[in-house]
Amino acid sequence: MLRGEQGRAVQEALQLQLEVGRFFGAKRFVPVSNVHMMGDIEVMGDAGKSFLERAAQSGAKCRQPTTTNARCIDFAHVENLKQDKDEARKEKELIACLRRMDVITADTCINYQTLYQPHLGEHVAWGDTGTVIYANSVFGARSNFEAGPAALAAGLTGRVPAYGFHLDEHRRGTFQVNLKADLADLADWGAVGKIVGSSHQDYYAVPVFTGMKRTPTADELKQLGAALASYGSMGMFHMVGVTPEAPTLKAAFGGRRPKETMTVTNRDIEKVYAGYDTQNNPLNLVVFSGPQQSLLEMKQLAALLKDRHVAKGSQLFITTSNGVKSAAKELGYLKAIEDAGAIVLEGVCFYILQNLPQMRVREGWSNLVTNSAKLANIIGAHKFNTILRRTAECVDIACTGRDVR
Amino acid sequence: MKAPKPIRLKRAFGPVVEGVALVSTEGFSPRYDLDRWSGLISRPGHALEGHNIRDKILITPSAKGGIAAGWAFYDIRAKGIAPKAFVFGVTNPVMVQGAVFAGITITEGWSASPYDSIRTGDIVRVDPAKRTLTLLRRGNPG
Repeated sequence: MLRGEQGRAVQEALQLQLEVGRFFGAKRFVPVSNVHMMGDIEVMGDAGKSFLERAAQSGAKCRQPTTTNARCIDFAHVENLKQDKDEARKEKELIACLRRMDVITADTCINYQTLYQPHLGEHVAWGDTGTVIYANSVFGARSNFEAGPAALAAGLTGRVPAYGFHLDEHRRGTFQVNLKADLADLADWGAVGKIVGSSHQDYYAVPVFTGMKRTPTADELKQLGAALASYGSMGMFHMVGVTPEAPTLKAAFGGRRPKETMTVTNRDIEKVYAGYDTQNNPLNLVVFSGPQQSLLEMKQLAALLKDRHVAKGSQLFITTSNGVKSAAKELGYLKAIEDAGAIVLEGVCFYILQNLPQMRVREGWSNLVTNSAKLANIIGAHKFNTILRRTAECVDIACTGRDVR
Repeated sequence: MKAPKPIRLKRAFGPVVEGVALVSTEGFSPRYDLDRWSGLISRPGHALEGHNIRDKILITPSAKGGIAAGWAFYDIRAKGIAPKAFVFGVTNPVMVQGAVFAGITITEGWSASPYDSIRTGDIVRVDPAKRTLTLLRRGNPG
């Protein structure tokens, strides 16, 4: 590969992996069985698109199943969101380019719920931090954060340098978090992720959660993981008695002692909610996204929105995958949601929507209300003031324009 | 001014660069914090809000989230608004993959806190082969 006999794209991919491996002191490569990559025009820009076109032109193909993360355009909504038609064209070209390289353009950030569930110890190369922390923690699979070019490189070479979470030494817990909170809503789990992540910003910090009052659901673990990764840049957590590498507290720490122990209480969670402020601006935008909604979340939203309607002057956006949207349509959830005036976008994430900064100004959005702690964190660069609220509260705000607190 | 001892860096990639330091007490993400069309730190309340990273040597304690950084570095390099180097206290693989892909100097870890000796506006040198960060001369803050 390095000599270029398999083409320049593969050669460059391996060179990139070697440099990254060298940086982290990797001694070897490990084969990966699944790859998940981020690649859309908003994120890549023209330079990234040109790079990809050169790679596709050279005939390079992914040698392991490679899927794509959420993208920036739902082609059915380009007109009504007044997105840039030229960028939409580029996005289409980009998708065609990825398909030529044998990339499965599934466009979802919940691949772990909808596409592929790796097993304990399986090495994968996933992008989108929320997918990685879920793979490492909930499945016991092994992945580092693989950025777009790095994931594509893994798809082309079928391997990754063995550092970080591919190695046992980085998978052990480093500190303990006692949960003394009820955690009844998805947003509460995100709030835990915010509290724990913000105070421990370190890729190699691995929290070990104890004290759960019940078994958390997949969607709750999704919100927790996404928030830990977003606020703390973390790639792994353990939950004693829940996640596969933490049958006991001792096993979770792998013989090491926790560096510290912290506790999260109901009061801490309430403090998170109290920390947001409307700044006396209207509450006219509510978003369920980042990560995309699962079918169970769609069902819940359909129930919460039944016989209600989004307030005049307000907008409610929900993003999900193509597969989930199809199922939601079949099951009637989609109709209930859309009848209430919500806009359901497929294959995208709200925060990378093409033209979002312009959309914000045009629509007069200042506040963004969401039940996703991750979204509340990451959309700041677009100058939104974000407000985290529980799921039913978000729906109430969407339908009344008023905060419930 | 007595020549200060260089700060030792734990890991490093890229060419030797010299430039104006931009020192942040807060972590950095090119997705969460940056306007990727101007190079300005745009997130309200960020420690460097309003500063431009273009051609700077960005010294920051940590990396925040963000898989998209991998393409973002390549993108800002092509747009001519990339910094000369990222000097992280702790970073994550995305930043490293992105910087290597874009050919931007990146380092992680330091033997002594640069916050005690280096201020925004100072002229510094990053030498990845020697794994050093050196204050060359005092500059104008801001």
